[in-house]
Amino acid sequence: MSDVARTTEAAAGTSSLSATTQAMARTAPRGRRSGRPMIDRYKWYEIVLLYAGMAVFLFFVLAPFIEGFLVSLKPLSQLFSTPYNFIPQNGSFDAYFTMWQSVPMLALYIFNSFFISTVVTLIVIAVVVPAAYAFARFQFGGSGILLGGFLAVNMFSGAVLLIPLFRLMRTMGLLNTYWAMIVPGAAFLIPSSIWLLRTYMMRIPRELDEAAWVDGASRLYTLRRVVLPLAMPGIVVVAIMTFIGAYAQQFIFALTFNSRSEFMPLPIGLFAFFGKQEVIWNELMAASFIGILPVMIVIVFLQRYLVAGLTAGAVKQ
Amino acid sequence: MTGTRSASLFALALLAPALIYILIIVAYPLFDTVVLSFTNAALRPTYDFVGWANYERIFGAGNFTEIILRTFIWTFFSVAAKMIIGTLGASLLNAAIPGQSVFRILTMPPWIVPMAIGIYMWAWMYNGQFGMISGLMQNFGLLSKPWPILAYGDSAFWATIVTDVWIGVPMVTIYMLAAMQSVPKDLYEAAWTDGAGRFYRFRKITLPLLVPALLTMSLLSLIATFNSFDIIYILTRGGPSGSTTTMIIDTYNTAMGSRKYGEGAARAVVISLFVTLFCIVYFRAVRRLQQGEAK
Repeated sequence: MSDVARTTEAAAGTSSLSATTQAMARTAPRGRRSGRPMIDRYKWYEIVLLYAGMAVFLFFVLAPFIEGFLVSLKPLSQLFSTPYNFIPQNGSFDAYFTMWQSVPMLALYIFNSFFISTVVTLIVIAVVVPAAYAFARFQFGGSGILLGGFLAVNMFSGAVLLIPLFRLMRTMGLLNTYWAMIVPGAAFLIPSSIWLLRTYMMRIPRELDEAAWVDGASRLYTLRRVVLPLAMPGIVVVAIMTFIGAYAQQFIFALTFNSRSEFMPLPIGLFAFFGKQEVIWNELMAASFIGILPVMIVIVFLQRYLVAGLTAGAVKQ
Repeated sequence: MTGTRSASLFALALLAPALIYILIIVAYPLFDTVVLSFTNAALRPTYDFVGWANYERIFGAGNFTEIILRTFIWTFFSVAAKMIIGTLGASLLNAAIPGQSVFRILTMPPWIVPMAIGIYMWAWMYNGQFGMISGLMQNFGLLSKPWPILAYGDSAFWATIVTDVWIGVPMVTIYMLAAMQSVPKDLYEAAWTDGAGRFYRFRKITLPLLVPALLTMSLLSLIATFNSFDIIYILTRGGPSGSTTTMIIDTYNTAMGSRKYGEGAARAVVISLFVTLFCIVYFRAVRRLQQGEAK
């Protein structure tokens, strides 16, 4: 696809070009050399400014990762020496091997992180799919208020409700189990997922349900055999968003509701090392990068879905 | 489908799991917070109602109003910086220059990566002896001796803001980028045909059309920032000597540090009142914007 098509496509916000935008792209005057429309052509100093701005912006965003990665390559002796060296001298990947001994439960922490996020995602999907369908298709008394109520949940953080949640987890006997992190973790991811999937389901033509209904299919059958298959791409996006959310936000519940190290997710497992007198920084950073790796891969392959998910999930009215 | 009674019942049945889940895990705790705030609950199993005593104590102690004020200053600067940097970043990403799609991917890591791990990296950056900021400043001769950024009240306060901005910027950027790309292209074409320059087009077309998105995002960002916990807790735990203690950190320290559940709950209720207020403003603004669109 040419750049022209890509920019106009982005502007139209659709995956297929509408006739008007196509016509516009064709009639818009083009620069002689670059083939993009003249309106998008920049003078040389504008291009320099744009790239310079981009560089500053990306440096701010990526600096901790760059520094973290360089630290993971530095031997400890060099790490704690002055003057400061940004670039590691005789750097090595040793920390990536020694960390498994220094943090014996590291593999378990990583597994726990995945396990907790996976179960959270399963719960959220199971609860959210029917709810989103109800909000997308049915007008019933109080549906607006209910939807607003769900959205308001988004506004309260788990940190505010920590005391009663702690008591609740204790009453239910869930303290110091995986469930102490899974149950509250899922609750705070449900509202935005309902919103996201509802938006998606509202785009499925109503006539399809009605046709099934006229043919005598039950409501449940219609949901299962007509709506669900069509909503599958939306459900996949919601599942990805939920998994990433659950993976990214593992901290406060794991910190407060669980003290057994065999259940700790990676961030908390590393936090225990963080508090010690001598922090083995290069190994801590190496372990962090191992924890980051899966989501980095996700970003590269699924960024299109992420952008779609985020923009709808940010409650666009 | 027709809005018959059976349809309503079916819809309610579909909603029931989500509704019950939220009622137990969010609504009940919210209610319990209010109840607990009127008790002397602590680690022991029983507690008594003490009326307004907790509220009298926290507002009488003097430093609570200071904490509220600090929370608002912290939140204000963080949200302002997120919005400005995010919108600038979105404008850069919106420019039709080669590499756009790669830059867009590179913007996302702080938002996607486990938050706590990102914060650990910042903790190292702020390290006075060996961290990047102090280290590079010394290399360039801007500092004569190590600067332990998190050890001084003032610099710790701003450092926690910077980290919060770092985590919040990607979301604002991607959201504002989407808003910019939904501006109809023919508006730009028309203005361009009339000889309007790029900056003029940005000021007169892009910005006015972005106002709803800016407003929505600011309010969402305000609520998220107001509730921010992980960053301050990991970097400073509210210190040094209380200089980064925001309301949420204060509540956590009272409840989980000192195990004064009743008093902690009273502090949580005050936070919840502010959040409710922000929610009302947010929903009103969204409704106002929708009406504006309808006209």
